[in-house]
Amino acid sequence: MYEPIEVGSRSRRTFSAAGRILGALKLDGPLLVGLGLITLFGLVVLYSASGQNWNRVIDGAIRAALGGVAMCALAQVKPAFLRRIALLMWIMGVVLLIVVDITGHIGKGAQRWLDLGFIRFQPSEIMKLAVPMTCAWWLHDRALPPDWKSLLVLAVIILVPTALTIIQPDLGTGGLILIGGMLVVILAGLQFRVIFGLAAAGAAAGWFAWHYFLYDYQKQRVFTLLDPESDKLGAGYHIIQSQIAIGSGGVFGKGLLNGSQGQLEFLPERTTDFIFAMVGEELGLFGAAILLLLYVFVVGRALYLAVETQDTFARLLAGSIALTFFVYVFINAGMVSGLLPVVGVPLPLVSYGGTSMVTLLAGFGILMSLYSHRKLVAS
Amino acid sequence: MGTVSIKDHWGEQRLFEQRAVAAAFVIAALTLVLIGRLVVLQILRYDYYAELSQGNRVRVEPLPAQRGLILDRKGLVLAENRPAFQIELVRERVPDVEATLKRLIEIGVLPLDDLDETRKLVKSRRSFESVPIRLRLTDVEIARFAVHRFEFPGVDIATRLTRFYPHGEHAVHALGYVAAISESDVKKLEKDKLLSKYAGTSLIGKLGIEASYEEVLHGVDGSRQILVNAAGRSVQRESKDLDVLDPIAGRDVITGIDLPTQLVAEQGLIGRRGAVVAIDPNNGDVVAMVSTPGFDPNPFGRGLTTAEYAALRDNIDVPLLNRAIRGEYPPGSTVKPAIALGGLTLGITTPQRTKSCPGYFYLPGSGHRFRDWRPHGHGVVEMETAIAQSCDVYFYELSSMMGVDKLSGWLAHFGLGQPTNIDISGERKGILPSPAWKKARFKNAADQVWFPGETVSFGIGQGYLVVTPLQVAHMASILATRGKSYEPRLVTAFRDQGTGKLDPIPPKLIETVEASPENWKVAVDGMIKVMKAPGTGWRSQVGAQFQIAGKTGTAQVFTVKQHESYKEMESRLSERLYDHGWFIAFAPAEAPKLAVAVIIENGKHGTAAAVIARRVLDQFILGHTTTPDIPPPVVAPSGEVVVAPTAPGDE
Repeated sequence: MYEPIEVGSRSRRTFSAAGRILGALKLDGPLLVGLGLITLFGLVVLYSASGQNWNRVIDGAIRAALGGVAMCALAQVKPAFLRRIALLMWIMGVVLLIVVDITGHIGKGAQRWLDLGFIRFQPSEIMKLAVPMTCAWWLHDRALPPDWKSLLVLAVIILVPTALTIIQPDLGTGGLILIGGMLVVILAGLQFRVIFGLAAAGAAAGWFAWHYFLYDYQKQRVFTLLDPESDKLGAGYHIIQSQIAIGSGGVFGKGLLNGSQGQLEFLPERTTDFIFAMVGEELGLFGAAILLLLYVFVVGRALYLAVETQDTFARLLAGSIALTFFVYVFINAGMVSGLLPVVGVPLPLVSYGGTSMVTLLAGFGILMSLYSHRKLVAS
Repeated sequence: MGTVSIKDHWGEQRLFEQRAVAAAFVIAALTLVLIGRLVVLQILRYDYYAELSQGNRVRVEPLPAQRGLILDRKGLVLAENRPAFQIELVRERVPDVEATLKRLIEIGVLPLDDLDETRKLVKSRRSFESVPIRLRLTDVEIARFAVHRFEFPGVDIATRLTRFYPHGEHAVHALGYVAAISESDVKKLEKDKLLSKYAGTSLIGKLGIEASYEEVLHGVDGSRQILVNAAGRSVQRESKDLDVLDPIAGRDVITGIDLPTQLVAEQGLIGRRGAVVAIDPNNGDVVAMVSTPGFDPNPFGRGLTTAEYAALRDNIDVPLLNRAIRGEYPPGSTVKPAIALGGLTLGITTPQRTKSCPGYFYLPGSGHRFRDWRPHGHGVVEMETAIAQSCDVYFYELSSMMGVDKLSGWLAHFGLGQPTNIDISGERKGILPSPAWKKARFKNAADQVWFPGETVSFGIGQGYLVVTPLQVAHMASILATRGKSYEPRLVTAFRDQGTGKLDPIPPKLIETVEASPENWKVAVDGMIKVMKAPGTGWRSQVGAQFQIAGKTGTAQVFTVKQHESYKEMESRLSERLYDHGWFIAFAPAEAPKLAVAVIIENGKHGTAAAVIARRVLDQFILGHTTTPDIPPPVVAPSGEVVVAPTAPGDE
């Protein structure tokens, strides 16, 4: 449903011209603006967090550009193709996860990376997209809400990669994969009674896992969340320092480059997982709220696009991508501000780190593709 | 739910829309939770976190206050602050710590025995901290290090101010010393809410003026905030909000001590145990306070080794004891002028009344024979002669006529049996006996009874009566001023280190002892006659440029508390059984400028003490001594005192 070209003011015409170009590129303007603003915001904060290290900023910009290229490329891919390769991706991902687990087992200790010689990447990152895609693919031709047989298949699609990731061990990413898949199922209309039932079962499983499966350092993170003061220089240090950073920022912050917590290195991981504390310290409640509202805008727009798509696969996948994005934001901001335990979840598009930047923008590329190719489906 | 279902596209679209709307609500709610959390942290708990953040980035570095000086009455320095040199090492700037330490030992500035401890010390500190590895370098060691300086990157000589007593052991008992702040000091400071003033201080006054005027001398330590990063390393970075709290220097303390007089007094007691207290009778200023043997207070600042401290503590001559205020001795005949004045003032006797002295005295109805010090007696004596020749029989009779209550009550006016309230702590108050005192002192009913014979010995300063040299000097100064009793004090004024402004402390008149001028004249004339043959102190008046009023005394041995083994005791037994020799004096007799009390433990009698008193009076009143056979002590420019030992004759 392209807007008809109207003769009007010059700006209106320019706007429409931009819209035509974006339309031809299968991109969504508002979403692009939102993502661009967040990325820019992130680069500015990175400049301060890295100790005014331009190399870091340029590096971050290059990664954002790579992500942008991936987004544009994926926006061109037809949804039907994505649907066809979903299962294949999933199978490949599972194989790679098993390979990583085995090499990790041999190498002793946490193993998340797969080193192919020319590139190192985390198969679990692929799974963040592959699991919702596969779930959506499975549900595409089936009546919704899914019946119990479907649910069983979906459980396998979701839980196998989740389990393989958790045993790496990487509880955080495992949880995110689980959430990405679950969101598809929930959006597919899973009855609320089933949702609550699963939540209860999940709680029971959590209890079981706590007593039999969790590593000590993972348990420690939960303890530390409950009482950071109990371990001031150990695991609690991150949370205490990040809360001091945020709290001491006040309403308007200490000013860019002036945050003592960040600049004097009290704040750990300040360019990566804890960069939100830098935002809170230097830009205050004002800056942090603006960033959060930008995220909400992006998620809202993405959700709107998801509603506008016209087939089940597109809706479910687009909705899942939109909501997962918010889940990342919530988990990271919640962790840094002391609401949630410390898990290695970066702040989307702002934390310094290549894989996450590219995966996220790739996800939005898929989302745009799903939206902009809808006419083809409708016809 | 059927196994075969037909897809209902419109229904599914509506279902998805419902779910999307629900998701939007959940997102809004969770966003509000996050913003709420930020509001809690950044608004509600802002003050708390702002303070924590400040505490993180700022380290407080104490700035020690400069301790006030202690000066004598003419401004000569008795205690000061001198730089002490120490070697400090910064680990991260030393290429090879082990080799560096070994090399420092080789060139002889680090003792080999300290190697292990130094190694540990260096490792225990952070790599960028400057660690003192050798304290109090000697000049030779500084020179040695300077020659090899280029070999030691990261090793440097640093200076710290420490307390220094330029005259060593001289006047140590008046000055006291400083030593490391102990746990009990910390508790006391905490209780008095003074601990915050000691942030940068490691030494505190322990005895004498250093302890009693600690608050004045110490001042208030300041502090400086420096910016540090998470590793604790100081960061060179501009910051407007770092506070500097300047230290407030302590005030100088000006004493009444006259260093030359103090040295002359000490010279007289070299090689002996004893004490000298000289007081300006017109205001109570202590001009000299000597207790021998003394000790060097300087090593206390760096900390004595256990062996060094044990040597001082276990010394048979107890050098740590300030005999001037803590030694308790019977005053002997030195109390006779005061008793004579009492007899006159209370109407018990007259100056003219005589007593025949056969060399002994009997109480009526008693067979106990009280001996006079001169076996054949003094013949018929009136009061002035009795004082001049120290006739015991005369005073046996006078005291039994007065009775113990009047005797005791009268002597209380002269400060006996009570603290003089001198401005340093640790003073003992002695014993001024009375029937009431005896009753309180003894538990056994038979011992509580006061016997008339006890009044008799009381009359010549023996028996239960014990006094400190300070109390005796105080008594002499009351006699000198004909009744003015000033509270003795070492410190007479404070001086601002910065402005030099003087803040004098007014003298404190305790009371005026009431007696008629005629009666005062009799007592003083008796003391003047002491200084003329055949008076007991005549030798010390010979050649003097002013008239001295004096009184000799001997006290039966009453050894001060000491920890000595039987063997040590045995070797010195005979000497330590000798009587103590006393002498009190003031001069010039008509307008006294100085009153002095001297005691020589086991000095047999007061003659030797009188020689010391004469020289002390000479030095203070004339500014030099008039005994050419004894060279006066000299203060070298370095502050060291050169003293030729004297051997005052026994007779």
